[in-house]
Amino acid sequence: MKVLTVCGLGQGTSLILKMNVEQALADKGISAEVEHTDVSTASTMEADYIITSNELAEGLVGHRAKVFIVNNYFDMEEINKAIDENVVS
Amino acid sequence: MRFLEESIVKVGVEAANVEGAIEAAGELLLKEGYIEKSYIEAMKYSYKENGPYFVLAPSIAIPHARPEDGVNEASVSLVQLKDPIVFGHASNDPVRLVFGLGASSSEEHITLLRKLTGLLNDPMNVEKLATAGTYEEIKKIVEMGRS
Repeated sequence: MKVLTVCGLGQGTSLILKMNVEQALADKGISAEVEHTDVSTASTMEADYIITSNELAEGLVGHRAKVFIVNNYFDMEEINKAIDENVVS
Repeated sequence: MRFLEESIVKVGVEAANVEGAIEAAGELLLKEGYIEKSYIEAMKYSYKENGPYFVLAPSIAIPHARPEDGVNEASVSLVQLKDPIVFGHASNDPVRLVFGLGASSSEEHITLLRKLTGLLNDPMNVEKLATAGTYEEIKKIVEMGRS
């Protein structure tokens, strides 16, 4: 399974989200490759899932991956819930 | 690598708007020589171009740009705002804490983000940082989060 975490520049916030998403997936025993990148690169990349903020999700409409949103990047509960609702393992 | 040291943390900052808040967090890094002035311009440009997505959680903004925009040392500053500022984020406004991130492409960048994530994953820490009155109080919270 390939997961992208996406932010505007692919430098800071997507990396923070990646750390917490990796943690959440590992806790659930889901094995996945998580990469962080910026919106425009993400639109040309193959992935099963893309996790990003509400603000950037509209830039990814039409992507083959399933795109879902996390509002609070530091809330493990929200991240866990978003994964449970969207990721089919 | 510089993480929330006394010279790059400021409590009770008055900023007029989003740009002022980003500038305040950037100025702390600039005066220590950790970033160039061009990096502050790039942070503000990113806000204009990409919007307030870097308001990562309630009360918390982490403005940043790319390493090539002018970073000399991987670093994180903090501006605690006297009055909260609306960045235009759908769910995390208003912002009370602005962490200026000097993004480098080194391993130190990842270490800094791990420290920051460790600190901010606990909402109690966020509340304490937002209401701290002195640097000493902030230092205590940062050091506890390091375990």
